[in-house]
Amino acid sequence: MKKYLKNTWDALWTIFIGMKVTWKHLFIPSVTIQYPDEHRPIPDRARNRLYVNIDDCIGCMQCQRACPVDCIDIKTVKALPTDELGLTSKGTKKALWVTQFNIDFAKCMYCQLCVFPCPTECITMTKVFEFSEYEREKLLYNFSNLTLSEVKEKEENYAKFMEKKAAEKAAAAAAKAKAAAEAKAKQEAEKKDNDNKPSSEEKDS
Amino acid sequence: MYDLLTNLLGNQIVAYVIAASLPLIFVLTFVLFAVLAERKVSAHMQDRLGPMRVGWHGIIQTLADMLKLLQKEDIVPEGADKTLFNLAPLLTFLGTYAAFAAIPFAGIYVGSSTAIGIYYVTAVSGLVVAGLLLAGWASDNKYSLYGAMRTAAQIVSYEIPTAIAILTMVMVSGTLSLMKISDMQTAHFWNWWILGGPETGIVKFLLIPFMIITFLIYYISSLAEVNRTPFDLPEAESELVSGYHTEYSGMKFAFFFLAEYANMFAVSAIAVTLFLGGFHSPIGYLGHSLGIDWLVPVEQFFWFTFKGTALVFVQMWLRWTLPRVRVDQLMVICWKYLIPYAVVNLIIVGIITLL
Ligand code: SF4
Ligand code: SF4
Repeated sequence: MKKYLKNTWDALWTIFIGMKVTWKHLFIPSVTIQYPDEHRPIPDRARNRLYVNIDDCIGCMQCQRACPVDCIDIKTVKALPTDELGLTSKGTKKALWVTQFNIDFAKCMYCQLCVFPCPTECITMTKVFEFSEYEREKLLYNFSNLTLSEVKEKEENYAKFMEKKAAEKAAAAAAKAKAAAEAKAKQEAEKKDNDNKPSSEEKDS
Repeated sequence: MYDLLTNLLGNQIVAYVIAASLPLIFVLTFVLFAVLAERKVSAHMQDRLGPMRVGWHGIIQTLADMLKLLQKEDIVPEGADKTLFNLAPLLTFLGTYAAFAAIPFAGIYVGSSTAIGIYYVTAVSGLVVAGLLLAGWASDNKYSLYGAMRTAAQIVSYEIPTAIAILTMVMVSGTLSLMKISDMQTAHFWNWWILGGPETGIVKFLLIPFMIITFLIYYISSLAEVNRTPFDLPEAESELVSGYHTEYSGMKFAFFFLAEYANMFAVSAIAVTLFLGGFHSPIGYLGHSLGIDWLVPVEQFFWFTFKGTALVFVQMWLRWTLPRVRVDQLMVICWKYLIPYAVVNLIIVGIITLL
């Protein structure tokens, strides 16, 4: 009987204790962060979307080679000797037009492996992580700042330059060959002359 | 109320229809806010915020949910018994809504001023059990059936302590009419039955502890009757995938929801009427002191809703405090604790009233 009464009392009492706790919690400020309106601070070294400062990129393709999932796709065109590409912020000379710098964020796994080998430190992690898209194609980011026509122009320029160079080379080669042939012919002619009059040759020498 | 409306409109049928649909308006608005309140209370008790997006602090979240439910496909499972399946939500809501007919909202408004009000309410709430059983049975789903069985066992068991507690009140007040019981507790809060009612002298003070016990017994068993935590075994989400309404979708599901929340208010309203002074103000009426007659019913309605809502809040509070009891514990609480206490209480209160 005593236990019975105690049970009843305990049940009621513990319920009141529990209610007291929940009552207190009713007035504790909530810990919810209203996500799209509020953000939690992102850690300094968080790995999110990449950013390429294309002005500093020298097109060395180190990052492309480092990427384990091959989501970076760089295309470059050599610059003409007359083109002025300027220097990177670290003072390195740029020698290539980066005509395409695609990073496919649908593939990227944010391992940051591409960031370390970059000699000019122009490919970096940003704090942007909200960039979901409805179409996968939209996750293909092109960081190159050259327009299509510019790219075409550069390619043509380079092709022309190469043609010109090739032509020059060919011309040079032809001239050389010609010169060589002439020299040879001359030599041969001289030889013939020498054969004809060896005495004079000996005299000359 | 009927007389007033009949005089006003000159047509009895229209008056009846209007008087009968008034609680529906009340129930719908109440449920609209109660669901939101439930979510907000639960959230804040767990240090969260709850719905925040729809309207200011999610104030019209329930409305949005209702629109969503309205648009949902109305699925009837293949193996289900279609007639019963469709009947069940209606029956459940009917049972709940019928109880509102005898609840006095204010001095001038009570759906039916029947002399056996409390008896009628207890009886008609039984329809809810039938509705839930039908739902579980017709769903053709083992979890639903489990839930329905548990509901039946639970509600039938807990009807007994509820009935004994109500009986105690009927004994002290000497009437079955909810209107009369309310009117006994008029004027000030020390006339509430939980504080001894309109009795005077030593009897009043002797009654107080036993009235409190009666109130607790009624409140606990009413929790079980409306399937609220800690007695929410019939719809235990974690064990039974929501029990009897697992298979329901769209509007029919909404009906169960409506019935559940309406039921919460119904039992709270009975508790208020029996113990907490009904619609009467605890501190006197402004309308009386200012001499504005029409203000009195408004105040009465306010007090009734306020007290009822307060008890509903306590139900929510308990829900987010206590874990669910086991089936055997459920039965132990009812048969080994509530019923003996209720019976002993009944006898003692009987002796006191004889004094
Ligand atoms: S972060 Fe990793 S996966 Fe993404 S581009 Fe860089 S190397 Fe490739
Ligand atoms: S490693 Fe740096 S400089 Fe080289 S291609 Fe990549 S981004 Fe450009």
